[in-house]
Amino acid sequence: MIEALIFMLCIGAICGLALSIASKVFYVYEDPRIAKVEDFFAGANCGGCGYTGCSAAAVAVVDGKAPPGVCIVAGSEAALKVAALMGLDPGTAEPITSYNECKGGHRATDKYYYSGLNTCKALAALYGGKRDCEIGCIGFGDCVKSCTFDAIHMGPEGYPVVDEMKCVGCGACEKACPKSILTIRTMSERLLHFNEEDDALAPCRQTCPAEIDIPKYISQIQSGDYEGAVNTIRERNPLLLSCGRVCPHPCEDYCRRGIEDEAVSINQLKRFVADFELDSEKHLPIPCAPDTGKRAAVIGGGPAGLSCAYFLRRLGHSVTIFESMPHLGGMIRYGIPEYRLPKAILDWEIEGILNLGVEARTNATFGEDFDIGYLAAEGFNAIFVGVGAWVDYTLKVEGENLGGCYTGIDFLSRLAGGEKFPLGRRAAVIGGGNSAIDCVRNLIRLGVEEVWIVYRRTRAEMPANEVEIEAAEHEGVKFQFLAAPMKVIGDEEGNATHLEYQKMELGEPDASGRRRPVPIEGSETLLEVDTLITAIGQRPDMFFKEKSKRLDPLEITRWNTIDANPETLQSSIPHIFTGGDSATGPSLVVEAIGGGRRAARSIHQYLTEKPVAPVKKSLFKRHIPGTIFDSVKGIERTPRAEMPELTVKERITSFIEVDQVLSEEDAQKEANRCLSCCRICYNKDVG
Amino acid sequence: MGDYIVLIISCIFINNILLAQYLGNCPFLGTSKKMETAVGMAFAVVFVLVMAGVITWVVNQYVLTRFGLEYLRTIAFILVIASLVQFVEMFLKKSIPALYAGLGIFLPLITTNCAVMGVCLINVNEEYTFVQAIVSSFAYAIGFGLALILFAGVRERIMLARVPKPLEDTSIGLVTAGILSLTFFAFKGMV
Repeated sequence: MIEALIFMLCIGAICGLALSIASKVFYVYEDPRIAKVEDFFAGANCGGCGYTGCSAAAVAVVDGKAPPGVCIVAGSEAALKVAALMGLDPGTAEPITSYNECKGGHRATDKYYYSGLNTCKALAALYGGKRDCEIGCIGFGDCVKSCTFDAIHMGPEGYPVVDEMKCVGCGACEKACPKSILTIRTMSERLLHFNEEDDALAPCRQTCPAEIDIPKYISQIQSGDYEGAVNTIRERNPLLLSCGRVCPHPCEDYCRRGIEDEAVSINQLKRFVADFELDSEKHLPIPCAPDTGKRAAVIGGGPAGLSCAYFLRRLGHSVTIFESMPHLGGMIRYGIPEYRLPKAILDWEIEGILNLGVEARTNATFGEDFDIGYLAAEGFNAIFVGVGAWVDYTLKVEGENLGGCYTGIDFLSRLAGGEKFPLGRRAAVIGGGNSAIDCVRNLIRLGVEEVWIVYRRTRAEMPANEVEIEAAEHEGVKFQFLAAPMKVIGDEEGNATHLEYQKMELGEPDASGRRRPVPIEGSETLLEVDTLITAIGQRPDMFFKEKSKRLDPLEITRWNTIDANPETLQSSIPHIFTGGDSATGPSLVVEAIGGGRRAARSIHQYLTEKPVAPVKKSLFKRHIPGTIFDSVKGIERTPRAEMPELTVKERITSFIEVDQVLSEEDAQKEANRCLSCCRICYNKDVG
Repeated sequence: MGDYIVLIISCIFINNILLAQYLGNCPFLGTSKKMETAVGMAFAVVFVLVMAGVITWVVNQYVLTRFGLEYLRTIAFILVIASLVQFVEMFLKKSIPALYAGLGIFLPLITTNCAVMGVCLINVNEEYTFVQAIVSSFAYAIGFGLALILFAGVRERIMLARVPKPLEDTSIGLVTAGILSLTFFAFKGMV
């Protein structure tokens, strides 16, 4: 015993001595920062960073080969410390997290009795993993066993639930799952994902031009996670306050509940959570990927430009917005009236985007104050042109330049810019779209006694949103349908006094499927008006193309939009991209936001020197076959939440916002009307 | 001389440390995904195993046996091998930086490699002479390298094949290792 102790002491002493002498003799200078950097790492030697051990990763960081956030276990706090030590700008470490697309719900019954080994791998190997459907979770929890960070547990319904706080994105669960239900994605990958044919997409999510994960945010509202819902929407749409107010919600037209009942009021729920963030008076933090050092110029600070800038910034690029008007917002500031989208709210929303580090230069018109040569000299690697569609079409009739005559967008934008108009007692607005409705509802609020809408078809053919038309009716707007303006008659001083129009009747359907109005001979009628606004559509203004020779190769379509690949939005000049109205012609705000993200994806590809290519198996403007049902069983009819509104009397005397937000109770009730399509195991035959 | 050739052949093929004795499976699976790392590991093992074989033989012969402390063999060997690897690492870093960079992470990895430990214990159990111990250590290391490099070649091919998802990566690796081990059984009876 004594001998053994003496022996071990001796051998220990000899080894220790030899090593300490060796460390003196064989001392090699090593950057002291390596040891310090290694201290910040988790020390797990897990290899998740791609280096062989923590010290190798520390060496790589000190050599500048790896970013400060290389350690996936230690997280962003360690990244900040490492960055501080190295004197680097950490950017924001990009968190990678595991995502389970499947929320669970009711498990469909098994198709057969399985008595093999209780692992997903075995079942997948033996039976191809089909318990009920081909895509579903097997439920033996290989992912739970594989997770070394205790971040996955089996939920009450037998589906894995990922704890995002604990998940470090090591990818073990993704490897363990034989069905690819759990996927590891970085934020950039999530932001750049576009709908694909193989995705499990609810009909509303397939329809939304911005591709927001609607069922997910509704389920987050159900569970009271309003911040989570805001973040979910923000992965696709940075302008949720604006969209929650003005979006005509094409998604609701495809809501499966709408087949048997009234559709879920998706947009009101979006507005509810957006207002929840606004009322908290604090912008929720928005993570951005580490800086890439690439620069992009965004021309036009409208919804498309803001969306593009926001996504590019989150992908780590440095973005500068150039806006010709004094404030950012484009058509949603200068086209949409105060009573639909208060400017203070829009300012708050834009502030949130600029806070990410997006630079904005206002009062700078492309083609006048700066040109494409300037952008090249300033070192912008890619350019997004989202100049919108701001030129009004005119009637091309006699007298439309008389005093008191205006055009739609011109009028709305000057009004939004604070200009005062000498308005009379009787006004007429020509056109049946949303801009025309915006004009009349503004005129009512400006104190004009009698306001007319003159439209050449009938109410059924009006392209404006139904709710907008109804609101105009409630506010006392008069309608003159089936009337085509012939000329404007003025007095000696050159001011308009009457509008002469010809009555029409509906004939055969035309290319758009609407019945074509045919004039009735000799039916000319006079309407007494002193103010006349023409709002019959807009087109983009491409004057900047003429100002620079460098833009000669830029192709323009015959609708005066920039000719670009509809999916990548890359123009005929490779480093110029477009989106929004200047690519599509006048369209929805949410379409512009989706276009901005689509362009951001292409610009990201361009800046990272990858080929600019459309999404594989893209679901661009299509639905997945078989997901649009004719009937849905087992739905109990429940009324949809009513939009709270100001009374007509309050409305027409002020510019206060008309539509009010849902109460929390109503929002909960409305959220629970959602069928959670594609989020629960849904067997169509059983219901 | 003939004895040594027999010893070498038996250590490399018949009693291959990886495929016949099943020692050192951790680096066998861990470092065999890429040919480049497999080669690095093989050289590191040759280097360390010969050094360890020599020093443990000396320790066993002149210290443990002499003072009748054979029962401390395992723990003494662990200590000695660990110190040796540390020492070698420091030495290489200073004197032959190129070799140090080449062996890289594999050097410290071997500290805990049971193949190294196993060979040292075999040398003692078989009561080899000093020269025999050196030869056997070297030959076992060559056998280790041979098996590892063969296996890495197979795995690189498997990466290109379509493997059912449940069998991917380590699972198919173990199956392959089993088959490779079976082929080495053919050497049984050669000597």
